[in-house]
Amino acid sequence: MAPLAPKTGDPLFANVERVNAELFTLTYGAIVRQLLADLEEVEEVNKQLDLMGYNIGVRLIDEFLAKSNVSRCVDFKETADIIAKVGFKMFLGVTATVTNWNAEGTTCSLVLEDNPLVDFVELPDTCQGLHYCNILSGVLRGALEMVSMKTEITWVRDMLHGDDAYELQAKLVKQVPEEYPYKDDD
Amino acid sequence: MANTACFIIVSRNDIPIYEAEVGSAPKKEEAAHKHQFILHAALDIVQDLAWTTSAMFLKAVDRFNDLVVSVYVTAGHTRLMLLHDSRNEDGIKSFFQEVHELYVKILLNPLYLPGSRITSSHFDTKVRALARKYL
Repeated sequence: MAPLAPKTGDPLFANVERVNAELFTLTYGAIVRQLLADLEEVEEVNKQLDLMGYNIGVRLIDEFLAKSNVSRCVDFKETADIIAKVGFKMFLGVTATVTNWNAEGTTCSLVLEDNPLVDFVELPDTCQGLHYCNILSGVLRGALEMVSMKTEITWVRDMLHGDDAYELQAKLVKQVPEEYPYKDDD
Repeated sequence: MANTACFIIVSRNDIPIYEAEVGSAPKKEEAAHKHQFILHAALDIVQDLAWTTSAMFLKAVDRFNDLVVSVYVTAGHTRLMLLHDSRNEDGIKSFFQEVHELYVKILLNPLYLPGSRITSSHFDTKVRALARKYL
C-alpha cells in the first residue's frame, strides 16, 4: 500500500538535504544586490525576480511531488493548505498559515510569520518599492502552472515596508484542463 | 554618565560613516565641530597603534585638555572612536563590543555597501540607547 501523504512537512523537512541558513540568506541577498546594480530600476528588478522564481517553480514542483508523495488535491483550498504546510516547510523550513478565503474559494492569503530570505535586510531609501521576496511569488506561480492552475500571486503585506508579517495573495484565475500533446490520428 | 561624548565610526578608507553626539550635556555647535576635529586628528595615532597590538580595544590613544579618545578597531579596519571625559574603561569596552555587534548586523544587510554612510534609524536608536546604558 502506498505510504500516506504527509499532513505536515516536518518528516519531509528532516529528510531532504539542508544547507546553512545564513549561506542561503546571504546568497539570495547577493542575487538581489547584483540585480539592483545591473538593472537599476526597482520595477525591473521586481519583474526579473518574479521571472527567476517562475523558472525555479516549474522545476521545483516536480521535486516537491516526487519527495512528498501527496495525492491529487481535490480543490484549491486543499492546494493552498498543502503549499503552506508541506511545501514551505520542505523548502524554506517555515510554515505559512492560510487565511482570508473569499466566497468562491478562489482567492486566499498565505501569511508567513518569519522568512529566512530576509534576515538582516533593511531596505535603503532608494529601493522603497522593491519586493525583496518577489522570487517567492514567481515560484508559486510557476509551480501551480505546471499542475494546471493559472494563478496570480501578489504581495499584500511586507515586513520590510513596515508591516508585521509577510502576506501573499494567491488568486486562482483558471483551471487549465490537461491537453494531450499528441494527435491520435497520425 | 559622561557629560561629553562624541562617537564616530570611520571606515578603512578614513571616511566617517556614522557620527553621533551621545553625551548628556546640552549640545553646542562649536563643541561638536571641535569634537570631530579632535577625533580626526587622532586617526594617525590610531593607525600606528593598531598594528602594534592584536587586541581590538585600544584604550586611550590621545588626550586633549581633559577629553580622552578611546578607539576600538575591528577586523576590517573599521575604527569605532569615542571622545569622552569619563574614566569608566570597562563600560566603554562593553559599549564598543555591543556597537561592533550592531555594525556586523548592518554589514550582513546585502543592500548595504560597505564603506558607505549608515543611514539606518534603527541603528542610530540602538547606539544612543547603548550609550545611555554604558557611558
